[in-house]
Amino acid sequence: MADYNPMELMICVAARNLEDGATVVVGTGAPCAAAMLAQKTHSPSLTVMFEAGGVAPILPAMPISVGDSRTFHRAIMASSMPEIMETCQRGMVDYTFLGGAQIDMYGNINSTMIGDNHAKPKVRFPGSGGANDLASLCWRMMMMTPQDAKRFTEKINFITSPGYLTGGNSRYDAGLPKGTGPYRIITNMAIMGFEEESKRMKVININPGYNRKDIQDNCGFELLWADKITDTDPPHENELRILREEVDPQRYIIGR
Amino acid sequence: MSKAVELKQGQNQLFTDPDADRAREFFRHKSRAMANKVTTAEEAVKTLIKDGDYITIGGFGANRIPTAILHEIVRQKKKNLGFAGHTATHDFQILIAGECIDRLDVAYIIGLEARGLSPHARRAVESGNIKLTEWTNATLSWRIKAAAMGLSFLPARNIMGTDTFKYSAAKEIICPFTGQKYVAHPALYPDFAAIHVHECDVYGNAHVYGASVSDQDLAKAAKRVVITTERIISNDKIRQHPEATFIPFWCVDAVIEVPYGSYPGNMPYEYFSDEEYLKQWLNVEKDPAEFNKFFKKQIIDTKNFNEYLDMNGGIEQMIKLRAIEHLTEKK
Repeated sequence: MADYNPMELMICVAARNLEDGATVVVGTGAPCAAAMLAQKTHSPSLTVMFEAGGVAPILPAMPISVGDSRTFHRAIMASSMPEIMETCQRGMVDYTFLGGAQIDMYGNINSTMIGDNHAKPKVRFPGSGGANDLASLCWRMMMMTPQDAKRFTEKINFITSPGYLTGGNSRYDAGLPKGTGPYRIITNMAIMGFEEESKRMKVININPGYNRKDIQDNCGFELLWADKITDTDPPHENELRILREEVDPQRYIIGR
Repeated sequence: MSKAVELKQGQNQLFTDPDADRAREFFRHKSRAMANKVTTAEEAVKTLIKDGDYITIGGFGANRIPTAILHEIVRQKKKNLGFAGHTATHDFQILIAGECIDRLDVAYIIGLEARGLSPHARRAVESGNIKLTEWTNATLSWRIKAAAMGLSFLPARNIMGTDTFKYSAAKEIICPFTGQKYVAHPALYPDFAAIHVHECDVYGNAHVYGASVSDQDLAKAAKRVVITTERIISNDKIRQHPEATFIPFWCVDAVIEVPYGSYPGNMPYEYFSDEEYLKQWLNVEKDPAEFNKFFKKQIIDTKNFNEYLDMNGGIEQMIKLRAIEHLTEKK
């Protein structure tokens, strides 16, 4: 079995979820690496978009900003932020990736603040940026994140971006587009989906080296478990070679 | 919809007037003259921004930003400005260090994307001294678009059900055709916008290359607009490719020629961002006393943008950044 680190595993798993012919809006870092890896393996015609307006670039290097020149290098379009966001709102974007400081059992994400006073936060983060928009409007939202009980928490301090809100149909009752929502949460320990009715987070694959106890101990809320849980297929030799040699040779992301 | 729907509204302050008729009244009197508008950053900031104004900055944080205008706002000690934290990174970092801002429409602040968070901007926002209303990047784009269209709001399908909505100033509405619930985003008519472009003529007819973010709408939405440009081109060049005109002259109040004007930010097809310099800012910000010295030397005590460029490596450094942009640098 190939030797790999948790970031490499998460990127490989994320890439496998991006099928050929799909569209995905990505940020800098791991999501961009996952999209590039997918393009170089099973999804050559995956269309990658950046929120500042870049569409389908041939990325010569990892972008440092979602609006820098790399994000539209030899691209199909250098468009605008409204163009990208309206494409999402129209239902033409399949996937997006989010990050955040906290996530709850319904996949709601906090990237705004820690504390209980919005006017004077204990810790302030950048805020939504485009995260709420992409979580609201793309069909399927995914997240790659290290897992611990502080990050995976019963009650997050601020819902920056919507998951399934309070579960059930609450997301759609709130007015968000039907059929959208969190799809996969990919951690160093496991791969989670969401239960059909309750919309609660549910473990579907366990990563090599971890067991059910590790996964529950590192989660601040009660996880659901799929009827048939399988082991995560670890990164393949060719995925790791392409990731290391072609996608991120400087190890900006996989070296973290 | 059969059951009665409760319509919610965000609880935070709306910092700008969304009224379309009052905006029309302003635009009724805005000059349409195709006059030579070339001036200096100093003069433009002095005459076009007053304390208390609500301002917006084009580009994307550290990409295609009008740095000379940002520095001049700090040097002229403009105070109590409202600011749209729309894809803001280094631009916000400068204005917050200059203590120019007292209220913020937040979509993205205090971060510099993959480079990390600004310690100083974070301290300033965590102090509680700045009023915050939450939005998102799409929301601010659409608020600016609503103004560009001459409307008072645009409906959309994001942010509902979240705390981002709760701490915004948006309101839910029902579509009169389908009964669908939408969020209504109030139009944002800024008092002032500064946008950096690749080239324009002396009247302000401008070309922009690469991702345009929200700048085409921003030039229409703002009451007063300053264009800084890598180079001034002839009006003939504009007329040779009228389809390429990104901003027309009637939106523009002042034109300033500022070569390398997005430095230390990226200017697509021209030069890449100065990553070492941006890293230096983030590092020096960790120590407030050190940062005060750094900021004073770099911006407050600097005469103008050209002196700033010279201080940071001048043309030789710009040639290096051009090579990085064009992927021709020698490793």
